[in-house]
Amino acid sequence: MTDQGPDLTGLPADPTTAPFWRAAREHRLLVQRCRSCGTHQFYPRPFCLSCFEQDPDWVEASGHATVYSKTTVRIPVIPEMTPPYVVAIVTLDEGPRLTTNLVGDEPEIGDRVSVTWRERADLPPLPVFRLAGDGGRGGPPPSQEGAG
Amino acid sequence: MKLRPAYIAGVAETPLGEVWDHSELSMAAVASREALAEAGLTFADVDALFTNYMGEEGTVQLGEYLGVMPRYADSTDLGGAAFEAFVHHAVAAIHAGRCEVALIAYASRQRTRRSRKMTRESDNSSLSAQFELSYGLPGPLGHYAMIAARHMHQFGTTSEQLAEIAVAARAWAAKNPKAWARDPITVSDVVGSRLICDPLHRLDVCLVTDGGGALVVTTAERARDAAKRAVRILGAGESHTHWGIAQMPDLTVTAAAVSGREAFGMAGITAADVDVLEPYDSFTITVLLALEDLGFCGKGEGGAFVEGGTLAPGGKLPALTSGGGLSYNHPGAFGLLLLVEAVRQLRGEAGERQVRGAEIAVAHGVGGLMSTASTVVLGHD
Repeated sequence: MTDQGPDLTGLPADPTTAPFWRAAREHRLLVQRCRSCGTHQFYPRPFCLSCFEQDPDWVEASGHATVYSKTTVRIPVIPEMTPPYVVAIVTLDEGPRLTTNLVGDEPEIGDRVSVTWRERADLPPLPVFRLAGDGGRGGPPPSQEGAG
Repeated sequence: MKLRPAYIAGVAETPLGEVWDHSELSMAAVASREALAEAGLTFADVDALFTNYMGEEGTVQLGEYLGVMPRYADSTDLGGAAFEAFVHHAVAAIHAGRCEVALIAYASRQRTRRSRKMTRESDNSSLSAQFELSYGLPGPLGHYAMIAARHMHQFGTTSEQLAEIAVAARAWAAKNPKAWARDPITVSDVVGSRLICDPLHRLDVCLVTDGGGALVVTTAERARDAAKRAVRILGAGESHTHWGIAQMPDLTVTAAAVSGREAFGMAGITAADVDVLEPYDSFTITVLLALEDLGFCGKGEGGAFVEGGTLAPGGKLPALTSGGGLSYNHPGAFGLLLLVEAVRQLRGEAGERQVRGAEIAVAHGVGGLMSTASTVVLGHD
């Protein structure tokens, strides 16, 4: 099978993101880290956007992040999501930004959040974020939640 | 080497609003014929063709319909900003001797077809599908909403300030017989309208109408038989920054920072020289960020800048003078109609909405998910 590429059963049909989604099944949030300059990046690419070194490593992110922006969506968009719900951009402590959902008590822009996982029927779980354990508004980074 | 100046020698709108008796191609044909007639030209003169969103292979289907077999063809998809970029490309092609008569045309029936989508991805393996749409992010609305939310957080911009932009657009629309929405609105009306994606309200969001237009870019020699005064293209520029919103380096800085620098630099002007501004107004926040990135005010100052009717009739920076995508017409891609209005303002034929003494006009397109920007500076010889 190796000459036909990775087994993408149950994953989006994108070989480049398969490591991310396989780790998501184990509730581990992966990003790339350049083996030369150490810069983290997400989504994955076959080179480092900072120094252009090839083949960055996959590493597990801390799961800690800060809310960069957000919106409450009040119109229907996809069947899986019933409005209103919150879409956000979070900045991981490692640097990359992700689009995600905020769940639970609603964090504000600038609040600390940590990763948790939303199971899906046909695809791997999605990383979503909730207010960090200390209420998100100060104190040391919270312990990782939902990551295994 | 002295470059030959390029001009917009003819402009036209397609039928606008709700169009039941045309196809997109026939709308584009009607407008193209009218724009060419203004320029003193016919389809036989056209040697360069530009379009976006007119079906598979871009200019190919339109070219067949119009009977045009160009020697220069460009279907670059910069979303709603494609059309200012087409002017940029047409100028470069004329400078390089690769064409002399460029026709740019577009039409859409998004309203009668009810075809505007909240999602653009049908392929679940695309990066957008994996990392944005799976979270229920509506494109482009949610992207612009998060940009507005960040601007508010970072600079204290308010919903009332954004509403000033919609109010100004509507005040101009009241003076434009072709505008779709002409009843006056207030700041209270805008902030009191239904929230769609916080902080954007219904009235922060553009119309969905049928429409389009055409314009002709050519040389002074080829425009010698033009029915109306040709408008000189003084500068043009374009850029893009991202597709996924989490990839945008700074949510408060758009591609206009580059497209404006390029266009104003080529024209040798600054924002202070601009008499009339036609900024793409897919959303109120689109205009606010263009004002900052084009240098009409400092970064973060857009909210204060638009307060008190700055952009409205009688304001110190007349902008959105057709009524814009918010109140005049928004056929999915509005960029071509920005240019049509800018040309008419410079010719002094904008009727009740005419900006007196307009010498320099800027049309600024924005497309995609606040992804693209293209800027054209127009004036006289």
